[in-house]
Amino acid sequence: MTESTLIKLAIVILFLPLIGFIIAIFFGKKVKYTYVLEVLTVGAAFILSAFLAYEKLTNFVDREIISEFTWINIGSVSIQLGMLLDNISVIMIFTVTLVSLVVHVYSVAYMKGDKLYGRYFAYLGLFTFSMTGIVFTHNFLMMYIFWELVGLSSYLLIGFWFEKKSASDAGKKAFIVNRIGDIGMFLGILILFLTYNTFSFDTIFSQISGGVLPFGTETGLTIAGLLIFCGAIGKSAQFPLHVWLPDAMEGPTPVSALIHAATMVAAGVYLVARVFTMLTGDALLIIAIIGGLSAFIPATIALTQNDIKKVLAYSTISQLGYMIMSLGVGAYVFAFLHLITHAFFKACLFLGSGSVIQAMHHEQDITKMGGLRKKLPFTYVTFLVASLALSGIPLTSGFLSKDGILAGTTAFASLTGHWLLPVAGFSVALLTAFYMFRLIILTFHSAPADQHKYEHAHESPKLMVIPLIVLSALSLFIWFTPNPLNPDAGAFLSKWVKTPEISVPENARYDFMNSAVAGESSHHEIIYSEEYTEALHGAHVPAMIISLIMALSGIGLAFLFYQYKKVNVDKLAEKFKPLYKLSYNKWYFDEIYQASFVAGTIGLSRLLAWFDNKIIDGIVNGSATVTKWFSNFSGTFDNVIVDGIVNFVAYFSGILGLVFRKFQTGKVQTYIVFVIFSIVILLFLFKPF
Amino acid sequence: MYSSFPVLSLITFLPVIGMIIVLALPKTRGTLVKSITILITGLQVVLALIILGGYDYSLAGINDASSFQFIEKFRWINISGFSWIGQIKIDYFLGIDGLSVPMVLLTAIITFIAAISSWNIDKSVKGYFALFLLLDTGMMGVFVALDFFLFYIFWELMLLPMYFLIGIWGGPRKEYAAIKFFLYTLLGSVFILLVMIGLYFSTYETLADGTKVFTFNMLAMMDSANYTAGGILSPLNPSNLRFIAYIALFVGFAIKIPMFPFHTWLPDAHVEAPTAISVILAGVLLKMGTYGILRVSYPIFPEITRDLIWYIALFGMINIIYGALCAMAQKDFKKLIAYSSVSHMGFVMLGMASLNTLGISGAILQMFNHGTITAMLFLIVGVVYDRTHTRGIDDFGGLATQMPVYTGFTTVAFFAAIGLPGLSGFISEAFVFLGAFGSDLIRVITIISTLGILLGAGYMLWTLQRVFLGGLKEKWSGLKDLNFREYAMFIPLTVIIIFLGVYPSAMLDLMSSSVNAMVKFMNDAQIFYSSVGGF
Repeated sequence: MTESTLIKLAIVILFLPLIGFIIAIFFGKKVKYTYVLEVLTVGAAFILSAFLAYEKLTNFVDREIISEFTWINIGSVSIQLGMLLDNISVIMIFTVTLVSLVVHVYSVAYMKGDKLYGRYFAYLGLFTFSMTGIVFTHNFLMMYIFWELVGLSSYLLIGFWFEKKSASDAGKKAFIVNRIGDIGMFLGILILFLTYNTFSFDTIFSQISGGVLPFGTETGLTIAGLLIFCGAIGKSAQFPLHVWLPDAMEGPTPVSALIHAATMVAAGVYLVARVFTMLTGDALLIIAIIGGLSAFIPATIALTQNDIKKVLAYSTISQLGYMIMSLGVGAYVFAFLHLITHAFFKACLFLGSGSVIQAMHHEQDITKMGGLRKKLPFTYVTFLVASLALSGIPLTSGFLSKDGILAGTTAFASLTGHWLLPVAGFSVALLTAFYMFRLIILTFHSAPADQHKYEHAHESPKLMVIPLIVLSALSLFIWFTPNPLNPDAGAFLSKWVKTPEISVPENARYDFMNSAVAGESSHHEIIYSEEYTEALHGAHVPAMIISLIMALSGIGLAFLFYQYKKVNVDKLAEKFKPLYKLSYNKWYFDEIYQASFVAGTIGLSRLLAWFDNKIIDGIVNGSATVTKWFSNFSGTFDNVIVDGIVNFVAYFSGILGLVFRKFQTGKVQTYIVFVIFSIVILLFLFKPF
Repeated sequence: MYSSFPVLSLITFLPVIGMIIVLALPKTRGTLVKSITILITGLQVVLALIILGGYDYSLAGINDASSFQFIEKFRWINISGFSWIGQIKIDYFLGIDGLSVPMVLLTAIITFIAAISSWNIDKSVKGYFALFLLLDTGMMGVFVALDFFLFYIFWELMLLPMYFLIGIWGGPRKEYAAIKFFLYTLLGSVFILLVMIGLYFSTYETLADGTKVFTFNMLAMMDSANYTAGGILSPLNPSNLRFIAYIALFVGFAIKIPMFPFHTWLPDAHVEAPTAISVILAGVLLKMGTYGILRVSYPIFPEITRDLIWYIALFGMINIIYGALCAMAQKDFKKLIAYSSVSHMGFVMLGMASLNTLGISGAILQMFNHGTITAMLFLIVGVVYDRTHTRGIDDFGGLATQMPVYTGFTTVAFFAAIGLPGLSGFISEAFVFLGAFGSDLIRVITIISTLGILLGAGYMLWTLQRVFLGGLKEKWSGLKDLNFREYAMFIPLTVIIIFLGVYPSAMLDLMSSSVNAMVKFMNDAQIFYSSVGGF
């Protein structure tokens, strides 16, 4: 295997799903079995990805493989497109194709009987293609291109059941809210292109290390970084653009699992990881704060939601917030680890919820469920494993990554004094465990709320259960490290994923990232000072203990509230009514946005349309009226005055009448002739040349 | 490069031949008339492709007569001894460069498709198609003429058929819309005419025998060496009126774009015009405004262009945002698309204002892409109007269930209009922004203009939802999906939109030498004119 073979392999992986899409979109209606082809292409893409990842991580583990070609060349400017194979991209592509394959298989059963069955798989293929593009890109423009294509596939899949207004609303909302973030990202790309005259990652990053900065200042670099981050705010549904993700649950549940939980929403985190090296300390701090808010706010909302998918959706935002916060505090590797672990267990949770929803005949309200563990044993066990992973209980993968994030945040706080971040992080751990087990108890444990539906519920078919088992198995620690308490023991963190070197000037980094603080070691290898490494080591055990206490008390409280009913939940809600309502109504984000931005834009558009119609066009029509009035006037003048003269001086009147009547032909062409003629005469009279 | 075969004349006047044939046919042969028109416009596409095949990508054109291609030049009007005016010598001068080739292609393609879409015209068929073909000649002529006088004749030639096509074959308020279109455009023409005459009397051309005569040659007007010392529009004249002339000329072209606040004829004209005429209006006619600015205003008045760049960009921005917001409020499907044109033409102006390679390439590419995308959008409105006889957005809903193929084409066109990567609109908008952002002067305007991308997505997706998504209304349950003729209109446009989205170089390579030459010319001329001083 050579590097160029790997690139070719990656290109095949990229285009396989696209070919599947094209075939399915054109023949999906005529040929019944295009979905088989779609599953096969994704299966092939997965096998190739697994092979690619294996080759890359064993034989080329320290190499970055880049391949570029010129797409557009207009003389003074040329634009390249290119592929980048590094460790995070191959791990990511492995995850994407794996989850995609699992979801494809699951969908074969889940979507059976849908009248647009073929088209559904076509869209999934389009999505897989776009997502693969994001993962492999080595170029900001190409990133943006696939970024938007992912947005398109998300739009199509959220609004898949387009006959429902709520579904088409949700698709539209997702696309437009994402566009807001994308504009920021686009402006960031414009700044980078203006400064570096290229879109390629490595050229830009190396120029930044060389001291070339946007607008010549560190602030310029901070702004560029934050603008790029805006794209991630949109795509990863971070505060304040998180509002689209809960609505996106209108799409078919497997889509929610693949796109709005495991892969696409993670693209924002992936983007931040990609550009991590160019983020200044200021930018990282803001990113950490956004991440912290996005972890905390949705977690409080998830507490009171009754729709099973909405709970999971808010949980997704919250977990993505963790990852973003983690990147912001410099705990890069744990953010990436959490990205991968989360992909598996969250996909498992969503697919599990799909199994529940189908068993309950499209009931999504958890207060109307209950007792399903007896009816859906496989779904229950896999759901439980994934929930434990999400809550961060030892022996699961989620424990490893979440613990790392919390330790990283704590270490960061101990060095910089931003203690609110770890406080938010730990409280989210508590909230997460609580709402997940509230969900589990209400769905699977407590007495059935709807006896009729309960009676008719039954376990899902094999094609749906096997994916659940696979994903829940992937939620265990063993795939990542041999030591369930120490993520560093595995190849994943010790060999594969490394924090990239920081390219930004030293004075713009976090203080603890300065090589000056780090002492003797050679500049290039320094990412963190020893101070940070020490702080991280120091934080590791306390963070682990606190997070475990938090998670266990969350689970305990959930059992106390909902299983043993020691606390009357309704009374509690009554007692803290404002807080309860705030949470239940999702902090009123939708209402506020609706009343301000949406209503404002529509109001402004109506106002301008009125202005256009009445004022601008009014002036146009008005001037026409005035002209008409003048011509009437001159007509009257012609009749009264001129004719008066005619009566007076008979001879002249004949000629004058003739002349003036000629002006009045009403033929526009004649007027032009007159205009031209007079101008020519005037020109010669004044002889300006 | 002179052409041994007058291919440009042929492509320009072929429709006139068609018109004569059409007029000679008896009234009863409607189908034959239509077939001949489609054949003629189809031949025009073939000719355009032949031109493309013989086009040398390395030659620049712009201000250099020798690097124009397929040149045809001979003395057309020759009056000597006209007392105080002296000799009048007007050339028949055609030629193309990277600026006009995309427009020639666009005109040929759009006219062909509009001809197909005119198949269901059944009111005085002969008259319609005769005027249609005459209009075709006028449009093609504008894009190949290099003599100002000839340019102006073609410019006016297109006006009259358009007036009748809207006024006779239009909707309920056709007379109002037609006269509004006519007078507005005529107003613009008067301005252009004034400047043309002013330039004529300020520019000399040296004949073979050494005598100097006034000239309408546009390329001569681009060289300051050809100006008279005291000409009213001569840069050598310290008290010249070039600034005022520039504004007049600009307004003349801006009406056609149409630029805010001269745009209100457009929605009316579109709403009343038959589908095929809307397609031509949006697809080709609007481009004549921006083409005129690039072909005439920019190189003849480089120094004033540079002074006014900020304003051009500002009006571009207003077009983008104002047009998008107005579109959002519309209840008439066709009017909404008309306003979206206002918005999208704003991108062309923004790109032109950058005065750099990226921006101007983006502007020209956007002209081509907007031509194809908007043509498709108007065809889409036409399809549904033919079947339902209504255009109220809220009258529809759920058409995706009933007409899936139609919805598929619509989705492609809408997303192309939104600027989705992979479709042609993206590259041109991205280039416009990359170019405009690169110019210090208009950077803030560019940043504000990016809001247009958001608003565009807003009104387009909202429309898509209201017309195509949701539950199907009972009364539309009998609608049929596309027929063969409609496939024939949509498929070529869709192929172009996707092809140029994936491989934009096909068009960019065509124009890059000319664009680079133009940027260089604008810079050099600026240096020259500022050394002349006086303004």
